[in-house]
Amino acid sequence: MNEPDIKISIRKLYKIFGDDPQMGLQYVNDGMGKTDLLEEHKQVLGLNDINVDVPTGKTTVIMGLSGSGKSTLIRHLNRLIEPTAGEVWVDGDNILEYNDAELRHLRQHKMSMVFQKFALLPHRTVLQNAGLAPSIEGENERAYADEARKWLDRVGLQGQADQYPHQLSGGMQQRVGIARALTSNSDIMLMDEAFSALDPLIRTDMQHLLIELQAELQKTVVFITHDLDEALKLADHLVILKDGFVVQQGEPQHILLHPADPYIEDFVSDINRARVLRVRSVMSRTPDAQGGRAGEIDHDDTLESVIALSEGDTALSYRVMKDGAPVGVLDMRKLVRALVPSVQSDDPESARLSG
Amino acid sequence: MATYDFIFDGLGLRNWCGDSGDDGGGMTSMAQLLAETSGNDVVVSGWETPFPSMDVLHEACTSFPQSRALTSGLEEGFLTIKDGLKVVVDPITQPLSWALEGALWVMQAVPWFIMIPLLMGIAYAVSRSVKLVGLVVLCFGFLAFVDYYSYTMQTLAIIFVCAIICVLFGVPIGISMSRSDRVQRTMIPILDMLQTLPPFVYLIPLIFLFSVTEPKLYGIAIILYAIVPVVRLTDLGIRLVDPDVIEAADAFGMTDRQKLFNVQIPLALPNIMAGVNQTIMMSLAMVVIASLVSAPGLGVLVLRGIRSLELGVGLLSGLGIVLLAIILDRVTKAALARINVSQSR
Repeated sequence: MNEPDIKISIRKLYKIFGDDPQMGLQYVNDGMGKTDLLEEHKQVLGLNDINVDVPTGKTTVIMGLSGSGKSTLIRHLNRLIEPTAGEVWVDGDNILEYNDAELRHLRQHKMSMVFQKFALLPHRTVLQNAGLAPSIEGENERAYADEARKWLDRVGLQGQADQYPHQLSGGMQQRVGIARALTSNSDIMLMDEAFSALDPLIRTDMQHLLIELQAELQKTVVFITHDLDEALKLADHLVILKDGFVVQQGEPQHILLHPADPYIEDFVSDINRARVLRVRSVMSRTPDAQGGRAGEIDHDDTLESVIALSEGDTALSYRVMKDGAPVGVLDMRKLVRALVPSVQSDDPESARLSG
Repeated sequence: MATYDFIFDGLGLRNWCGDSGDDGGGMTSMAQLLAETSGNDVVVSGWETPFPSMDVLHEACTSFPQSRALTSGLEEGFLTIKDGLKVVVDPITQPLSWALEGALWVMQAVPWFIMIPLLMGIAYAVSRSVKLVGLVVLCFGFLAFVDYYSYTMQTLAIIFVCAIICVLFGVPIGISMSRSDRVQRTMIPILDMLQTLPPFVYLIPLIFLFSVTEPKLYGIAIILYAIVPVVRLTDLGIRLVDPDVIEAADAFGMTDRQKLFNVQIPLALPNIMAGVNQTIMMSLAMVVIASLVSAPGLGVLVLRGIRSLELGVGLLSGLGIVLLAIILDRVTKAALARINVSQSR
């Protein structure tokens, strides 16, 4: 049922917290909303008909404010929380049909998780924490030390292996958390607000670390955040949750240019669009480049860099290049229009097709 | 006429009661005796209406049992099940007697010039503090100097055995309490009872059950009294383990057993050790009371001080117990502090 490039697909997932979730599900299927369900039946609708495909080797960011169900959703992917109804397919298996042993195998080999509050074992050294996954399988420290040390070095913790977690700063502890996830050699990394507890500068560092690691390793990352800037920075695929249902999902550029409803419009209005939007999202897709006299730009450049290049001259237009071949033309007037949230791009197709 | 005649009349139970007002050959209350000596019937004013207790109701109806029938009934009940109980409990608890006898023998057979360095070694191994080792030497040296060495060793032997058994049973009980709310709900009243019941109260049935010469008699008394803190603090410690860490353990696929031994117990260790410390202190307190039922050690001297009013003996042995308590407390606390340092965040 999966396309080849889909790693995890979530189908019709519901989660209701309460005394009798099945009854609650009945009401929800009959069209009752979250507020009514809470008021009349004291049941909390956590997730409402979630359908998400997570592409292989890409970063999928699930974004929502607190209470939107994003942390609940990510915990369904490794069944830390059991759903009320629905299916979660990983590599062609519905993991909700797994028994305990299969589930443990999934958690040990296929999925690793990074937590908001780091959740390191305080009585173990950094090395032992990084080697948690192999140690669970019964490997002793000598057997996993090389592997664990390799990943500790990779995340920038050279020489810290014998420290205890409480001797490290928050940012360093989260690096241990990431090394722990990488040492398990799993394809899928679940990151539950992994950087939310860090201060802004360190958070930026960690985001760059993750982007670097992704370029190198191409893990399937599911990243939870409440921060739109972070989401846009990391996401290949963006899912926006509100009150337990998916408001919009797709390529971040596309969501930014074509918000599906006022909620998302509100959300994206505070964003520095010039820094997030890329040339490919706003250019005119004409292979035979008429105009474009002012120079050549890459299709993946941000609008900010183009503005800098043009020195603010709106009369110019540029030729857009992709892998050395011209793919379109960017008119500076169009660029400026794209920076205003309420004005949509007059060529929606270009945004959808890009990427 | 008794105050509550109307109840039995009203319920039509007069025939069951037999003749009202007649003391029916049963036991006589003080009020009746007074009434007989003063020669006239007791007149009860409304202000003095007695509570309808068993004795008062017995006055109205002789078939109604007096309260002393209740206590004697309890006693008879216990005596009838005693033999059956003994068949079961005796063999189960026999190892406790052996352990206590063995420990007492070992602690007294090993000469002082080996024993004191050994205790110093244990203190150092646990605390890594030279100052503490000095304190241990000073206290044992003093106690040996005033010829209380063998009493001290007896007390120490009993405490070691009882504390170890408390930990052996208390920690698993605490763990099972932490894993199931139902076990916790049933255990808490039992623990409350063990903690508040005066130790003398459960000494009485134990005396009936075992002969006074058996060491397990005081062993059981001490264990029942001292096991509570280690159970409670194990339960608490495991329940207080950071749920985020438990979630991480789950997310990486730990089995329940791995979670227990690699995460929960290590993280609960500071609390468990605090419980062990309390358990040792409480067994020390109980050792004195247990000397009433033939437990050897410093408690015997305290008892002698009380019985024959030997003030000096009582004071000195009391001081000995205080010194022992200080040593045990400091050594276990030092161990606790070392665990805390390695885990603090």
